[in-house]
Amino acid sequence: MSAPSRQTIRLSVGSRYENIELVLAVVDEVLEPLDVDEESGYWMGIALREALTNAIKHGNAQDPQKKVEVALEVSADGIEVTVEDEGSGFDPAAVGDPLAPDNLLKTQGRGIFYMRKFMDKIEYDFGAEGGTKVRLHKKFGGPRAGAEETREERNED
Amino acid sequence: MKIDKRQRDGATILDLQGKITIGEGDVALREAVHEAVGAGAVNILLNMGRVRTIDSSGVGELIAAYTTVTNRGGKLGLFALPRRVLGVLQITQLVTVLDIMQDEDEAVASVS
Repeated sequence: MSAPSRQTIRLSVGSRYENIELVLAVVDEVLEPLDVDEESGYWMGIALREALTNAIKHGNAQDPQKKVEVALEVSADGIEVTVEDEGSGFDPAAVGDPLAPDNLLKTQGRGIFYMRKFMDKIEYDFGAEGGTKVRLHKKFGGPRAGAEETREERNED
Repeated sequence: MKIDKRQRDGATILDLQGKITIGEGDVALREAVHEAVGAGAVNILLNMGRVRTIDSSGVGELIAAYTTVTNRGGKLGLFALPRRVLGVLQITQLVTVLDIMQDEDEAVASVS
């Protein structure tokens, strides 16, 4: 099956953790005809998992009445995923560096870091009336961030 | 996530299978570790060989388990990590903190 040149898929899900798997299953279906290598797909899945977690947990505070809107813009070149919640927003600059010695043993605060590592670019947008929108970009066929860095760090050990 | 508990040479081994991700796997891991500690386990080894994926919540739960066990004077070790699960821990430099071992024999020897 050949993929259309560009397609947009929109999903609206309630703020429940089980819906993360639902969205990821749809993304897998969308990527399947595009011949995206399994390694890139895996790391993209981790990044998207983190974006959805943040929207459900921090943005919508697990209120099932609040929706998480997901838009997938897919072409043969890459994917842009937008995840939007109904929360009150936050300051990304205020999120601590998880690699700082004082933060290394904290049980939270790594989600955005993983998103940045596993995607080419992430952008935040905060609506005037609330809501956080995060856009994750990944070009297909580019460097496999997670895998490459894993190898580099392993070599440094 | 499925978790089976067994004993070997004084260590409590938790065989983990599935995803350590938010809402299910992370909670299951927390409960299994607390249950083991409550039952008197001092040294706990996590067999990661059949963990398919882990997210930041799962990573947070590993750290919580590490803190819980070490604060009680015990040791928490991880072994048989699949490449990608290890990668998630490497990127956040947690391999410098957690005791990660190649296989079960090495892990058991480290706490015996």
